[in-house]
Amino acid sequence: MIAAEEQTLTVFERSRPGRRAFVAPALDVPERAVDELLPAELLRGQEPRLPEISEPELVRHYNRLSKRNFDLDTGFYPLGSCTMKHNPKLHERVAALPGNAALHPLQDPRYAQGALELMWRLQVALGEIAGLPHVSLQPSAGSHGELAGVLLTRAFHEDRGERRTKVLTPDTAHGTNPATVTMAGYDVVKVGSDARGNVDLDDLRAKADEQVACLMLTNPSTLGLFEHGIEEIARIVHGVGATLYYDGANLNAIMGVCRPGDMGFDIVHFNLHKTFTQPHGGGGPGSGPIAVSDRIEPYLPRPQIVCRRSEGNGGEPFFDLDYDRPKSIGRLRGFQGNYGVFVRSYAYIRSLGAEGLREVSELAVLNANYLLARLRQEGVLDYLPAAYERVCMHEFVLSGAPMRRELGIKTLDLAKRLLDFGVHPPTVYFPLIVDEALLIEPTETETKETLDRFAEIVAAILREAKDDPEIARAAPYTTPVRRLDEAAAARRPVIRQPL
Amino acid sequence: MSTYTSATGEDRREMLAAIGVASIEELFADIPKSIRLGRELDLDSGRSEQEVFAELRALAQRNVSTQDEVSFLGAGMYDHYIPALIDSITGRSEFLTPYTPYQPEISQGGLQAMFEYQTAICELTGLPVANASVYEGPSAVAAAGYVAKLTNGRRRFVVSRGVHPHSREALATLAHGWEMDVVEAPLHDGLTELPELDGEVSAIVLQQPNFLGAVEDIPALAQAAHEAGALVICACDPHSLALLKPPGECGVDLAVGEGQPLGNRLDFGGPSFGFFASTEALLRRMPGRIAGETRDLEGRRGFVLTLQTREQHIRRERATSNICTAQALNALAGVIYLSWLGRRGFVELATLMLRRTAYARERLSALDGVELLHEQPVFREFAVSLDAPVQRVIGRCRERGINPGYPLGREYPEHERGLLVAITEQRTREDIDRLADALGAAVAAERAGNRATALHGAGA
Repeated sequence: MIAAEEQTLTVFERSRPGRRAFVAPALDVPERAVDELLPAELLRGQEPRLPEISEPELVRHYNRLSKRNFDLDTGFYPLGSCTMKHNPKLHERVAALPGNAALHPLQDPRYAQGALELMWRLQVALGEIAGLPHVSLQPSAGSHGELAGVLLTRAFHEDRGERRTKVLTPDTAHGTNPATVTMAGYDVVKVGSDARGNVDLDDLRAKADEQVACLMLTNPSTLGLFEHGIEEIARIVHGVGATLYYDGANLNAIMGVCRPGDMGFDIVHFNLHKTFTQPHGGGGPGSGPIAVSDRIEPYLPRPQIVCRRSEGNGGEPFFDLDYDRPKSIGRLRGFQGNYGVFVRSYAYIRSLGAEGLREVSELAVLNANYLLARLRQEGVLDYLPAAYERVCMHEFVLSGAPMRRELGIKTLDLAKRLLDFGVHPPTVYFPLIVDEALLIEPTETETKETLDRFAEIVAAILREAKDDPEIARAAPYTTPVRRLDEAAAARRPVIRQPL
Repeated sequence: MSTYTSATGEDRREMLAAIGVASIEELFADIPKSIRLGRELDLDSGRSEQEVFAELRALAQRNVSTQDEVSFLGAGMYDHYIPALIDSITGRSEFLTPYTPYQPEISQGGLQAMFEYQTAICELTGLPVANASVYEGPSAVAAAGYVAKLTNGRRRFVVSRGVHPHSREALATLAHGWEMDVVEAPLHDGLTELPELDGEVSAIVLQQPNFLGAVEDIPALAQAAHEAGALVICACDPHSLALLKPPGECGVDLAVGEGQPLGNRLDFGGPSFGFFASTEALLRRMPGRIAGETRDLEGRRGFVLTLQTREQHIRRERATSNICTAQALNALAGVIYLSWLGRRGFVELATLMLRRTAYARERLSALDGVELLHEQPVFREFAVSLDAPVQRVIGRCRERGINPGYPLGREYPEHERGLLVAITEQRTREDIDRLADALGAAVAAERAGNRATALHGAGA
C-alpha cells in the first residue's frame, strides 16, 4: 500500500521548499524593481504555488506516470472510429527540424516558403484524395472541421438570401455531429437507419425539406458499412437545396477506391490524427482540414494558402497567405492551423504515394473482415453477433446483448477483462442504436497474428465467463488501478490538487 | 514505398480464405461502380524513408526560423527556451501514442498529468476550475464566448480592440452562427475604453497584457461589466501571471489563453494548447475534458475523466461544446514546463523578461524617428511607431540578421507605422543592442532617402 500511494503522488505533492530545476540566465540589463515597472495595485500578492522539484525527480515523476499508460507502440488498440494505426517515427524527426519547430507563425511568407509550399502540397493531395479541389488546413481537429463545414453551409445559404434552420444527422452519427449543429446555431433533426444499417431513405425523404441546410454523414458509417444508396441520398439532399457534409472519421476505408466528392459530398473534413498518422497524444493534438466543392469555395476560412505563379519572381511559384476573401466565414483560430501535424501527414502521404494509400484502405478492410471471420470461427459471434450480417469496411460492430443475457456479463465487463490480456478494448456502447455495442477497428498496420490472438482472447474470456462470470465482472486485476468510482468523481468533483 | 503494413502474399491468401471471398475487391462490393475512382489517385509514387527525410529537410531549410535570425516576433506566440526534458518526456510512446483516456485503468499516467495541469492552471489564474485544454488561444476566446451565451442568453459581446485580432475574428466567426453581435471597445492611449454597457451584453472580452503590450486595469473593467450583469472573459499571457494579479482576483469569470509560451514549440503556429479556467458557477458549462480524482474498488487513488455529461459523446446536441480531440500532449508539455521553472523560477524568468523589456523599450524609444505608441506599463512586449515605412525598415534590419518585430498595419490601420516588439529570455542585452543599432540605422536611412526624394522632387 505504501508503494501504491507513492506511485500516485502528484508533482505538487513531491514539491519541497527550496528545490529547483531551472536556473535563470544572468541579468544583463539594469536591475529595476518590479513595482517600478508595473502598477503596484495590479501585482499579485503571492506567486503561483508551482512545484519545487529538482530535474532528476521531475524526470522520474513523469517517466513513472508514463508507465501507468497503455499505448499504441506497446499493443493492439482496436478502438473503433479512432483509426489507431502505427505512428511512423520518421514523422517526429521531420516535425522537429528547426526550420519547422522554431518557425514563427508570423514570419513573413517570403521567409517561410518551405512551410507554405508543404502546406500547399498537402492541400493538393488532400483535395485529390477527397475529390474536392479546395482545401483549408485551418481547423484544429475533426469537430472543429465539422463546425467550419456547418458555418460554410450557413454562409452558402445566406449568400443566396436563404435562412435555413435544420441540419439532419443519422441516428448512428458521432456525438460531435449533433453537438456541432447546435454550436453552429441550427436545430438537429435525427434520421433513422433501416434494417441493413443504412440511412432510411423514406425517413430522409420525409424530413428533407426547404428548411434543411445540410445532412452530415459518415461513409462508411459508424457501423462500418458503406451507404450504397449514397447517390440517391445526394439527390434527395441536393434536391431541397441542402449541402451534403462528409465526416471523414472513416476515410481510412476508401482511399484511392472512391472519393466523397464523386459521391456528391460538398464538404469533407479529414482527421489527420486518424487517417494520416498524427499521434493521438493521449487526447490531442489533432488537425481537421476541410475540402470543399467549387460552390462552397468562396466561403472558406481565411487566410488561404495560395500559389501565385503569375508574379515576377522569375517564373518561380510563390506561396502566400491570401487574406482577401470577402465572402469568407472568417478565422476559426489563430495563425495557419496545426502545422506540426501537417508536416507529419505530408511525410506520410509522400512515403505511401497513390499506390500505398490504396493499399492502406484495402488492408484495413481485409483486416477488419478477417478479424470478423476469426471471431466467428472461435464461436464468439454466438454471444456477440455482428449487428448487421454484411461485409464490413474497415471496422465492424458486434452486439453484446446475447452475452449479457446468457453469460451475465456486459460489454463493459468484456472490455475491462481485455485489459488483463494487454489489449486496448474496442469502442464500447457506440453506435447508440446497437444494444451493448462493441465497435472494432483493427487498422491496416496490425499483423494477422495479432488479429488471431485477439480473437482467441475474446473466446477465452467468454469461456471463462461461462464458468464464472464474476471474473469479468470484477476485472481488471493486473492494471495499475482497478475499476474506478466514476460516479463519486462526478458527484463531488475534485479536479485540482488542494494546495 | 512503405505502408507500415505486414501482410504477405501468404497472409492475404489465408485471410481471404477465412473470410470466404476470392479477392480483396469482393470486400468493396457495396461501393457502387458508378462512384468508383477507376484510376489511381493523382499523387506521386511512394518513397523510402531516407528520400522523404531528404525532401522534408530541404523544405524546412527554406524557412528562416528563430534559430536563423535574431527575432523579436511575438504577437501571440513567443520564442522561449524549451528545456530538453520536455522533448524526452513528451516523446515517450506512452504519452505520444495513446488515444483520449476512455479506459482509465490503463491511462492513469495521462489522467494524472491532466489533473496536475489543471491544478497548475488554477494556480496561475486564481480561479477554482480548469479543463484539460482546448485547441489554442483564439479559439479558446471563442469557446469562452459560447459559455457566456449558454449562461445568460444575452445577444452581444463587447470586445476590446486590444484583444488579439485572431481572437476577435474567431469569436466573430462563431458568434455569427449564434446570431449574436460583436461590438468593439476602442483603445485610448493604449488602454481599453468600455462603452456604456446595457442589459444586452453577454460578456466583455479583454486581453492582459493587450495586443499592443499594455497592462490593462482589469479589475476596473471587470467591475463595470459586472455592474451591467455581463460576464468577463480575459485572455492572459501565461508568463505575465507570475507577476500580475491573477484573473480570479480581478473579477474575471473566464480566464483563457494561448499555452504555446509554456514549453511548446512555435511550429509555425501549432499545435499548441489553449488553457481555460473559470469560476465554480460555470463549471458545468465548461467545454472539453476534465480529469478528476477518485478511488478504485480497492480504495487506491486514481483519476478519471469526469463531468462527462457536459460532453458531446454523452449529451450530443445538448452538449456544452463539440470538442473531442483537444491538445493533451501540448498541455502535458505545459505542466512539465511550469514544474521545471518551479515556484521561484517562474517569477525569476518573468522578472528577467520584464527588465529586459524595459531596457529594450528605453533603448528603442531613444532612437531618432522611433516613438512609443503608448506609454502604459508593459510586461514582455511593446509597440513603437516609426517615422518611416515599416516594411522597408524591416527589410533593412533583415539584412543585418535582425527580425525587428511584427508590423501592426494590417490589423491596426490606425497604426500604419506601428511595430510590435517582443522580448523573451532568449533575447539578450546584446541582441537588444543589435536591434537598436539596426532599427536606428534603418529608420535613419529611410528618412534620409525620403529627404533626398523630397529634395529631388522639389528641384525637378
